[in-house]
Amino acid sequence: MQMPEPDKRILSRKMQIVAQLQAVLPQGAVIHGEYETRAYECDALTAYKCPPMVVVLPDSTAEVSAVLKICHREGVPVVPRGSGTSLAGGALPTADCVVLGVARLNEVLETDYENRIIRVQSGRTNLSVTGAVEEEDFFYAPDPSSQLACAIAGNIAMNSGGAHCLKYGVTTNNLLGVTLVLMDGTVTEIGGAYLDSGGLDLLGLICGSEGQLGVVTEASLRILRKPEGARPVLIGFDSSEVAGACVSDIIKAGVLPVAIEFMDRPCIRVCENFAHAGYPDCEALLIVEVEGAEDEIAAQLALICAIARRHEPVEVRESGSAEESAKIWLGRKSAFGAVGQINDYMCLDGTIPVSALPKMLRRISELSEKYGLDVANVFHAGDGNMHPLILFDANKEGDLELCEAMGAEVLKYCVEVGGCLTGEHGVGVEKRELMFAQFSADDLEMQLRVKDVFDPDWLLNPAKVFPLQASAGRRGS
Amino acid sequence: MKRPLNELELSEVVAGAEVPLRVAGGGTRGFGAGDLSVAGISGVVLYEPGALTLVVRAGTPLREVEALLASEGQRLAFEPMDHRALLGTGGEPTIGGVVAGNVSGPRRVQVGACRDALLGVRFVDGRGKVIKNGGRVMKNVTGYDLVKLMAGSFGTLGVLSEVSLKVLPMPEVAATLVCDGLDAVAGVAALSRALGSPFEVTGAAIVGGQARVRIEGLAASVKYRSARLLDLLGAGWEVGAGELWQEVRDVLPFAARAGAVWRVSVKPSDGPVLTAALGVEHEAIYDWGGGLIWVLVAEGVDIRPALKGFSGHATLIRASDDMRAKVARFQPEPAPLAAISAGLRAQFDPRGIFNQGLMG
Repeated sequence: MQMPEPDKRILSRKMQIVAQLQAVLPQGAVIHGEYETRAYECDALTAYKCPPMVVVLPDSTAEVSAVLKICHREGVPVVPRGSGTSLAGGALPTADCVVLGVARLNEVLETDYENRIIRVQSGRTNLSVTGAVEEEDFFYAPDPSSQLACAIAGNIAMNSGGAHCLKYGVTTNNLLGVTLVLMDGTVTEIGGAYLDSGGLDLLGLICGSEGQLGVVTEASLRILRKPEGARPVLIGFDSSEVAGACVSDIIKAGVLPVAIEFMDRPCIRVCENFAHAGYPDCEALLIVEVEGAEDEIAAQLALICAIARRHEPVEVRESGSAEESAKIWLGRKSAFGAVGQINDYMCLDGTIPVSALPKMLRRISELSEKYGLDVANVFHAGDGNMHPLILFDANKEGDLELCEAMGAEVLKYCVEVGGCLTGEHGVGVEKRELMFAQFSADDLEMQLRVKDVFDPDWLLNPAKVFPLQASAGRRGS
Repeated sequence: MKRPLNELELSEVVAGAEVPLRVAGGGTRGFGAGDLSVAGISGVVLYEPGALTLVVRAGTPLREVEALLASEGQRLAFEPMDHRALLGTGGEPTIGGVVAGNVSGPRRVQVGACRDALLGVRFVDGRGKVIKNGGRVMKNVTGYDLVKLMAGSFGTLGVLSEVSLKVLPMPEVAATLVCDGLDAVAGVAALSRALGSPFEVTGAAIVGGQARVRIEGLAASVKYRSARLLDLLGAGWEVGAGELWQEVRDVLPFAARAGAVWRVSVKPSDGPVLTAALGVEHEAIYDWGGGLIWVLVAEGVDIRPALKGFSGHATLIRASDDMRAKVARFQPEPAPLAAISAGLRAQFDPRGIFNQGLMG
């Protein structure tokens, strides 16, 4: 993976830039020592590291604006950072950049149950947004696996999803407004406590723009009343194809489960060894969860089980209690940890049409053989968002590259069958060079032009999302 | 009028255009006769009921789309409005027009707007180039989300040629709870209680002095939820009868009435406060729990000054030519956003040929 060469003209002015930043920020909010900046050298894509020139941790929108004004004037690239949990390298620094961390912006500004909205500073973690409204039985719906740590700022940058988005949508469907600071320091509001922003849908454009169009410092989020209850059913099949057909039939039947999760045999085995959740040893396993009052849950599960039984499952295990529900979810929720314990792995997140699932799994298994790397598949089946975990050995020379090459083939195949490169993690640096597999030169040029409007000097997170060659003429100009 | 029959012809028409064009779908929304009709670019490209996905060309009549979905027990969940009665227009609404206007009805409160159901677009930009964005899958964060940007851009950024949509199953049954005689403040407060309940309300409106709350789903579930909601809402609420939502969706009570019609988007609890502050004779229909207000006023009355101090915006949906000449259709944006919007239009349509002046 390549990153642009650091700009020596910037590096030579480092202390001058630090002094300017110190002049507008409180003590301790500017980090520039050789060792201290290392804490920010990577995000959750740990294979790539580069300590930034400077890290700033502003306390307010006004301070963010002051920082951006300085960087804009000085021509210094800025890499915005939420909690640093990006799996795609969205917050990977360059040696000549200022990392702008929003971690200190973590206040709840307003909770309004009557209008079902919460306004928070963007550094607040996803789970603590729900934490702030839980006592009134409300919650914030998007629930990425990293929700304990990840920040709303990063969720907005990557348009994060989660296990429950089949019913509740992803970040963009739950975001009503933002305070956005543009690269030149201009502070602006988009949307607010109402359901549609006027004019062009700039809110929709900002969400998922990977920190390349502006820095979000505050967000208005839709909160929902918690359902009265939820309960899963576990269904085992002796073929992935049949499991896929079952998913399709459940969706067609008119019940809309809150989640449909899929695991294949290698994944089931690893999870079972790790978590002892009592999963059947079979080819494919579905966990389908529905919500509502007790009788509503029972009615929906009865319908789902009836559909499943038409597909000759090897096991149907309906949860009858909170304890049994927890046990069904235990294995799935520990999947990444379980795999991580036995191996290094790369987690892909391409999305495919649900109907393409069988051929996708066949292709992955062929590629697994070709590259000699094992794969465990776990994914959000209801919306086709795959999570193949490709296992490799980080200490073995060439294994990471081999794994990346295989990952690229898997993702290209996702596009070939009608899907996309990334369903919820974002492009970052990880999938940057694959963008031409999904987009034509004209498609990408239009996206580059959007960045030209918001950030004409290409200073915000410039080396991400687009193939380096495609953005070369614009960066550092 | 130019009427291309496919995307390639469309791109040739645009590339060869020497004067500005007014883009039209079905021409049902009172934007006047177009110079470029997309109605010829029609037909279903792909429909996978098991994946809840529909890919359809932009000029396809909405009626055909809805009939196809109904044949599989599915629908466009965002419940697009039919503007013809309110605006006194003819024509046939197209799916491209629905998307271009981000037209979304009462169910917006539960399932999102048209833009939330929109998975992908193909469009022709102002240089005549065919651009695609998004796709046909439900989760897609690959590159910038131009899909959302195109929804509600009213043909000012490009001409849609194809759209992919997430569809949803039709519920087994629907029920509406009604209450007459509440004033707007009490009505919106009741709608807020219903929307803040765990019972997944799919419509919350006040029309003709009647507050309405809709629940949809499996029969047993709707029965249970209706009972719980009746308990929650208290005295005066009962189960209503008949088709109660089309008149909300299509703003039918204002259809045969003279006057200008505004569409106002605000924080729901601000809805009744705003209408009380209007200071002119008016009638209001509240949808989206109070957050969407349709306001009927005398011809020529600009309500935007009353919006000062509220967070939100007002669109002038129906007006005389005389009023149109004086009052902008869309709410003027604050300077930084207006600059960004103008910048985007200049990038998407560098020669300024699409729907000039429509949005700003």
